[in-house]
Amino acid sequence: MDKVAFRLNVNGMDHDVLAEPRKLLSDAIREDIGLTGTHVGCEHGVCGACTVLIDGKPQRACLVFAIQAQGQAITTIENVTGEDGGYSPLQQALHEEHGLQCGFCTPGIVVTMEAYLKENPDPSERDIRDVLSGNLCRCTGYQSIVKAVQKAARRMRGEDTEVA
Amino acid sequence: MKPAPFTYHDAQSLEEALALLAEHGDEAKLIAGGQSLVAMMNLRLAQPGHLIDINGIAGLDGIERDGESLLIGALACHADIAGSDLVREACPILADAAGHIGQYAIRQRGTIGGSLSHADPAAEWPLMAILMDAKIEIAQPSGDRRTVEGADFIQSIYTTDLGPDEVLTRVRFPCVERDEGWAFKSFARRRGDYFIVAVGATLALDGAGRVSRLRLALGGMEVTAIRLVEIEQEAIGNTPDGDWIEHIAAAARGAGEPADDQHADAEYRRELACVLVTDALAEALNRSGRG
Repeated sequence: MDKVAFRLNVNGMDHDVLAEPRKLLSDAIREDIGLTGTHVGCEHGVCGACTVLIDGKPQRACLVFAIQAQGQAITTIENVTGEDGGYSPLQQALHEEHGLQCGFCTPGIVVTMEAYLKENPDPSERDIRDVLSGNLCRCTGYQSIVKAVQKAARRMRGEDTEVA
Repeated sequence: MKPAPFTYHDAQSLEEALALLAEHGDEAKLIAGGQSLVAMMNLRLAQPGHLIDINGIAGLDGIERDGESLLIGALACHADIAGSDLVREACPILADAAGHIGQYAIRQRGTIGGSLSHADPAAEWPLMAILMDAKIEIAQPSGDRRTVEGADFIQSIYTTDLGPDEVLTRVRFPCVERDEGWAFKSFARRRGDYFIVAVGATLALDGAGRVSRLRLALGGMEVTAIRLVEIEQEAIGNTPDGDWIEHIAAAARGAGEPADDQHADAEYRRELACVLVTDALAEALNRSGRG
């Protein structure tokens, strides 16, 4: 099947891509654009490792064809930073709470939770676990991730601002 | 784990999508959210030669009220339906069920039209369409529209009344009455998995506190969701209390002909039906005017 030329906007920059229509957005981001922070785990929408933002909404990049994302704003883990260019509050909290071990699932979790905390700045533990159910982590047992999200949410609301 | 090659079509209007379907016939597949289809394509369980993307068609994602109906466009995503104030006001069980579909990221892209067309036997929208007597609106190749009852649309596992040259455009649900109670209950082994058994119920009471209308549907008991029509009719005029709930739940245990499969055996499904109907009716009663 012939390759098709199209343009993707990733993290505010336009990229010209030449790829077959069957190329998944997750593969285009990694192979054609060279941003390898978006991880590819199950490739059928279960594990959440490839989650990116499309027009601000967290979506599975392995369940979207790259060609479908023309004209939309794609945001990947590489674009998640704090105001000073360092860690975002969520990344800092994951660091402090040991919310990652091997780190494979982490980009998907960070991208998902950054979007979720904008939608719901004061989530209950149940809310956090509900959203986190879409991201499989085989290392942590989730306790430390939940604690980190709670801590990040408190800090983003202006509470508990002391950074370890 | 990569999809087979296909030709991509970015339809910008319903007419264009219908023309492409007419041209490519069985080779073509529509894609809306793609949250089931792309997974199936990645696993090569589906290998359409032509993929017709309908996301670019304007006006197919609306949610609006039309008198005593709620109209939901085929491209409305689960997250928008779950978060819609209009849906919560007009038919709140739909918002609740939508919030149970898959995971947070899946709900941002998966659509009601896609879910109904896919007709997974353990999906929420087919259950809601059968529970609420939804009217499914379909665009035909001629451009004319036809309407099908939810129970007639969902025919079997992954099988619907939708023709290969047709497009599902909109779903019409009745609004629940003021003070009508409702509940959606489901059981899955993990949050976000397809349910093993699910229950939808609405409960309206008359001025004397007796049942004036019960809607009760079970998913996971047969190849499609089933409406418990006899139980619904016998319930009219009853006084809903703990004994009544126990009686209905016992009857629900015997509903349908569940099969054994790798997820659960028939007896386990019957037990789940009984437990979930008990919970659903208690919650519906609590939400009704009497609660």
